[in-house]
Amino acid sequence: MVFLQVLINGLFLGGVYALISLGLTLIFGVIRVINFAHGEILMISMYASFFCFSILGLNPYLSLIIVIPGMFLVGVLIDQVIIRPIRNAPSYMQIFATVGLSVVLINLALVFFSGDYRSINLAFAKQVVHMGDIGISLSRFIVFISAIAVAWLVWLFLDKTDMGKQIRAIAQDRDAARLMGINPNKIYMITFGIGSAMVGLAGGLIMPLYYVFPSVGAYFVLTAFVVVVLGGLGNMVGALLGGLIIGVIDSLSGFYLDPALKEMVYFLVFLGVLLFRPSGLMGMIGAEEMGLK
Amino acid sequence: MSLLEINKVSVKYGDLVALRDVSLSIEQGGIVSLVGSNGSGKTTLINTLSGLMGCYQGSILFNGRAIQEMPAHKRVDLGLVQIPENRRLFPYMTVLENLEMGSMTSRSRGKRQDNIQKVMHLFPILSKRSKQIANTLSGGEQRMLAIGRGLMSDPELLMLDEPSIGLAPIVVQEIFKAIALINELGTTVLLVEQDVNASLKISSYGYVLENGEITLSGPADDLLHSDKVREAYMGL
Repeated sequence: MVFLQVLINGLFLGGVYALISLGLTLIFGVIRVINFAHGEILMISMYASFFCFSILGLNPYLSLIIVIPGMFLVGVLIDQVIIRPIRNAPSYMQIFATVGLSVVLINLALVFFSGDYRSINLAFAKQVVHMGDIGISLSRFIVFISAIAVAWLVWLFLDKTDMGKQIRAIAQDRDAARLMGINPNKIYMITFGIGSAMVGLAGGLIMPLYYVFPSVGAYFVLTAFVVVVLGGLGNMVGALLGGLIIGVIDSLSGFYLDPALKEMVYFLVFLGVLLFRPSGLMGMIGAEEMGLK
Repeated sequence: MSLLEINKVSVKYGDLVALRDVSLSIEQGGIVSLVGSNGSGKTTLINTLSGLMGCYQGSILFNGRAIQEMPAHKRVDLGLVQIPENRRLFPYMTVLENLEMGSMTSRSRGKRQDNIQKVMHLFPILSKRSKQIANTLSGGEQRMLAIGRGLMSDPELLMLDEPSIGLAPIVVQEIFKAIALINELGTTVLLVEQDVNASLKISSYGYVLENGEITLSGPADDLLHSDKVREAYMGL
């Protein structure tokens, strides 16, 4: 029974990782913009949710209707101001620029919000439903279900809609897409916006569960990069699966081995998977090299 | 008024002049060939027309409208469509999705289903392969898909860059037949080719490009029988 509880905890933790990784797999995996400020976008959305609660008194689940579109705009802004001028530059330029952005955002947060750990006290976040000996946290269950729903919706969006197909086309051959009458700048901007809005959802949903502080993003984003590569670049189902796997490993090794070893264990699994499947669990063979110029 | 009018266009790669004072005009309705050897600037010219490259002097008029400053994606919406060399398909999309990608402009979106029917009629093999991923097709099928995708954009002027390159002779024949048919159905064609003989045969007018300059032009029949073209490009 303990094993089952640990497993469920792992799956729910995996839901958190997956939800944060889905936006990253869209931005980094599909359109190949290397965004090291992804964690800080999460940080901003957590603070947004926090202040909606502490100043406006808005329930974090309700304030999503502000945070999600707000983060879409933040994403659009980052793309147009930071990424657009270096769109055709070598990829290490994007690394420098987004690492720089990340440092700036962390320090701005320190100046304006201080380094204090903040959390919101929501009765709902502590509610646990008991099924036999197993306890299920409702707020974590919501994150878990949301991760599955978002992965499915974004997959549907990319696969079925004209906009989604244009995003994939831009990723596969930008010049050919221009010859189809597709405006690359518009597609990049919208994709970055959607990816950031997805992080907005993640930030809002985990605010009742975690503390927010200026460098909170770094804690999650390393795992998110692992999840994205493990699942296969740009693959939504892969990101979901990768997130859940890392969550379960994290939880099991933390409980049965030693909490200090859990990162080591999931990195070993990560290396093992890449040894046998270099394009990730769900990645298309050869696709990992596509577009990375 | 000509459909496309190029006046003294020059293009540079860094300091290297790739095209010098190229002037050319294309009337509505025919097939115009642009021939020349490797490195003569054919692809540069076609990329300049489609907007993938900029020109530093000269003007390009399409239907009387100056387009030399217009970004590539907007030119497609005017009906100026390029089918690039080496096909440039979206490799991880299906045949049908590749065709759909051709109809993302406001000009062509509404005609998507009609145009898919037309393309499938022109290249029946594509309807058999419609669910297949593009990079699993044979070279000839990929070329047909690339042409079909271009047709999806509802072109007024279709520019084909080396449609015959790297294909078996029997497939080349099929491609040229299709190009002639596309033209008969009302689309003006600019054909850029190394296969001088085959392309001039289906064309009404031709230009010869050498080292970035137009050195010869005239009705395709005359070029086909001119000593210079026969010597330089057909080894006769």
